[in-house]
Amino acid sequence: MSTSASADLGGLSLGGGGHLLLRRALTKVEPGERVTVTNGNETLHVDLPAWCRAEGHVLRGNEVEKGTANRWAGAERAGTASTPSADAPPTWGLAARGARVEAGGPHFSYPLHERHEVWSDDAARLYAQAAAAQWDPAKAIPWSETPKLEAEVEDAVVQVMTYLVENETAALQVPAAFVARLHPHFREVMQLLAVQAADEARHIEVFTRRALLVRSEPGLSTAGGQASLKTLLDEPDFALASCLLSVLGEGSFLSLLQFLRENAPDAVTREVTKLAAQDEARHVAFGLSHLQRHASHDASLRGRLASAVEQRHRALAHTAGLNAEVFDALVLLAAGSWEPAAIAAGFRRVQALERDMHEGRAMRLERLGFPRAEAERLASLHTRNFM
Amino acid sequence: MARPFMLGAVAYDPKVVTIWEGFKPWFEAAGLPFDYMLFSNYEEQVRAQLAGVIDVAWHSPLAWLQTVRAAKKRGRTARAVAMRDTDQDLTSVVLVREGGPSSVAELKGKRIGVGAADSPQATLIPLLHLAEAGLEPGRDFEVVRHDVLLGKHGDHIGGEREAAKALLVGRLDAACIIDGNHLGFARDGTLPRAGVRVLAQTAKYDHCNFTVLDGVDSSRFEQLLLSMKYDDAKVRPLLDLEGLKEWRPGRTSGYALLERALDRFEGFEVA
Repeated sequence: MSTSASADLGGLSLGGGGHLLLRRALTKVEPGERVTVTNGNETLHVDLPAWCRAEGHVLRGNEVEKGTANRWAGAERAGTASTPSADAPPTWGLAARGARVEAGGPHFSYPLHERHEVWSDDAARLYAQAAAAQWDPAKAIPWSETPKLEAEVEDAVVQVMTYLVENETAALQVPAAFVARLHPHFREVMQLLAVQAADEARHIEVFTRRALLVRSEPGLSTAGGQASLKTLLDEPDFALASCLLSVLGEGSFLSLLQFLRENAPDAVTREVTKLAAQDEARHVAFGLSHLQRHASHDASLRGRLASAVEQRHRALAHTAGLNAEVFDALVLLAAGSWEPAAIAAGFRRVQALERDMHEGRAMRLERLGFPRAEAERLASLHTRNFM
Repeated sequence: MARPFMLGAVAYDPKVVTIWEGFKPWFEAAGLPFDYMLFSNYEEQVRAQLAGVIDVAWHSPLAWLQTVRAAKKRGRTARAVAMRDTDQDLTSVVLVREGGPSSVAELKGKRIGVGAADSPQATLIPLLHLAEAGLEPGRDFEVVRHDVLLGKHGDHIGGEREAAKALLVGRLDAACIIDGNHLGFARDGTLPRAGVRVLAQTAKYDHCNFTVLDGVDSSRFEQLLLSMKYDDAKVRPLLDLEGLKEWRPGRTSGYALLERALDRFEGFEVA
């Protein structure tokens, strides 16, 4: 083989960057062809043989004969950058979508690796929207406007905030658990679930801060409420968990947060519920959009969703549902005082809220393709704990 | 059931387990029942092979010569059946600080750092080079050993790194390291770009080999070893860990320097 290229090291040592110049020259020749090395530093006679040995090249005088060992034999691209593949193999692992992946790497265990299970064409848009809509809890809320409420109305607000914190904690942990089980090939969905968890982290922060703005401790946490939320954490199936949490639970919470904003007795409560509702609307939108897509690819999905709703209903049948403390707190919060006429008005508003929640659930289930009567039936089976 | 083909290796680093646990299923899938034993030092591995406990030993160059000599005393012979491409044609260098001694003769009366006492590449071969140039270790200059993991024949590069650092801070006048570490220490910043230079370089020598004693049939093992391809993603990570691109047939032409060193510096015989 004849010399077909040369590498001028410009006086650099091979241990001080010269190897880049030599490697660059070697990429331009075929195995068996040679590169002449010129202008190395004074230790080239020590370093060049050692470098060639380590790299699998043969040194002949001052010529490097390119070796045949090829780390990139068998490498494949992790799909294409623009479009996610139908199925992401375990060997693509953490690689950027479309990157060239060396063969022989570790196998990652991502149970959610099929596009139809997780993908939504909306994911990138919703993620961008979420990233742009991140608000700063320190600045977005008028914390200095300390509420001056009747003691029991303040207690009612604290109880509602306590309830919201535990619900939002579940709403953080569910997507967070699925992020780790989702193949990173579906980057946009991963990012969206991550920002969803981050949204909930902020909600937990502001609801906690409102609860403790006047009082030194939060309110009550009931066995029934926690049992209801635990069924969400225990659901291993992404589609079913999304339906129960995002479509039905967070969907109901949209009504609840809207109710709290409209009936808030103070500026802080109004602002925290308003901002949280904006985020929750995105969570509901993603849940709906990926489940609609999933259902269009998998005719059995709606049957499984219905079973999951029924099963959760049976599992919670023995629990108390929404605790009386939260229900009464919502009434009092909406009433704003202990005047019987105000209580009556508050009570009517909470009843209207429950009708509104039910109607919202039924409407969203219809959007997933359930006939009206079935959507009504399933909506009525949803947990009395709202989330 | 017959005993699997048994390899011995010295556990100079935890990765040794990864390497042989990786090769074991590969050999077995290729039809060679295979297992391995790890030793904490080469001398015990040499004895185990002489006692027939292992069929093939992944030996350092010193352990190879120890085996050859001990086998000879017993009327037996040893063969080097395979080695890495990276085991062939190594050199070692003597480093000095910029402005330090400018010839080997000027090392007289100086402090010279070497690696582990039993390291062929960082101690025995460089000291032989100086001795054959007229400077007797211990008499004409002080030998400062960096005894990291004795019994492992310098497989761990810690000793060489210690020597290089001691040279930089002025505790030594010269330091002996293998050529590959000269490159590696420059790359990882142990050796700064300016400040040290190469005063002397030894002749070429070979490093490890798979050693087999007479009466052991290692043909299938050799055949499989030489068939491993770096392009094969199943073995590539193991070859990377072991530091080679291809296995080559063993050769014994590269051990003359170490033979002379053993004749000159006594105390490395395995009885």
